[in-house]
Amino acid sequence: MLCVTLMDGKARRWPDIGPVPLLSATNPHRLPSGIAKEDEHLLVAAAKRGDAAAFEELVNRYERKIFRLTMNITRNREDAEDAMQDAFLKSYAHLKDFQEDSRFYTWLVRIAANEALMRLRKRRPNQFSLDEPIEGDEDLMPRELEDWGPSPEQRFAQTEMQEILSDVIDKLEPDFRVVFVLRDIEELSTEETAKTLGISVPAVKSRLLRARLKLRQKLNRYFKQGGTN
Amino acid sequence: MNCKSVIREISNFIDGALEPAEKQELERHLDHCEDCKIVVDQTKLTIDVFCDSEPVELPSDVRTRLHEALRRKVKENTQ
Repeated sequence: MLCVTLMDGKARRWPDIGPVPLLSATNPHRLPSGIAKEDEHLLVAAAKRGDAAAFEELVNRYERKIFRLTMNITRNREDAEDAMQDAFLKSYAHLKDFQEDSRFYTWLVRIAANEALMRLRKRRPNQFSLDEPIEGDEDLMPRELEDWGPSPEQRFAQTEMQEILSDVIDKLEPDFRVVFVLRDIEELSTEETAKTLGISVPAVKSRLLRARLKLRQKLNRYFKQGGTN
Repeated sequence: MNCKSVIREISNFIDGALEPAEKQELERHLDHCEDCKIVVDQTKLTIDVFCDSEPVELPSDVRTRLHEALRRKVKENTQ
């Protein structure tokens, strides 16, 4: 049975859900859906005390998002799988070092991003560098200003939209892509993004601006009225 | 504020990171510049569509490998 200690210091039991196979992939233990997402810190506290089922719940909760993150950074299925797996294993091994000065998910994102970046650098040693100065702002002026019509989000089915987003982010240069992924998809702060990537806050802002404008331009092909579907 | 300055500040504007005076100046420009307004609106929408996109389902073989690796790690730690 899982047991958590709440802020008031009183230990309370979670509902008895019977015997639970440890980390079973075929029959993953899931906590009752009534437990709100705000319980993340309780799960982290339980996992720190050695409760494997609590850690597994955190994995169940975030595995899809972390895989999306590592796929978005590496754009390579094998690297994304390895980076995701190593991120979860490292977070488990270093859970005691997690100071809880941020959300567990944010801490996990930083570990996963580093795993993914390491693989991206290895695979594209000459194509990816966050140290490169970026060009001036002459090329920032947007081209192709066309009406996207009412709500492009409703014009495409979910799977079609996912294909479009995958296609456009794939074509974005890696040093812009990683900043966009961390800032706008994972919603890290500018400072957290800078810290994760080891670059300055102005460098994050500059790359984010370019990433956003470039993605807008690439989406224009799909979203403009009568565009490529 | 001209179009070039608006584009340079578009990220800070969207993130609410502009000083009030700069924000007002940029908004005044948008009131009469249709092109810049399109860029601002479409850039916001670009962020929204990515932010709102649901992660795809984790392939079952990938999930199996992940959970097996975790199970081994837990076993190592408890031995």
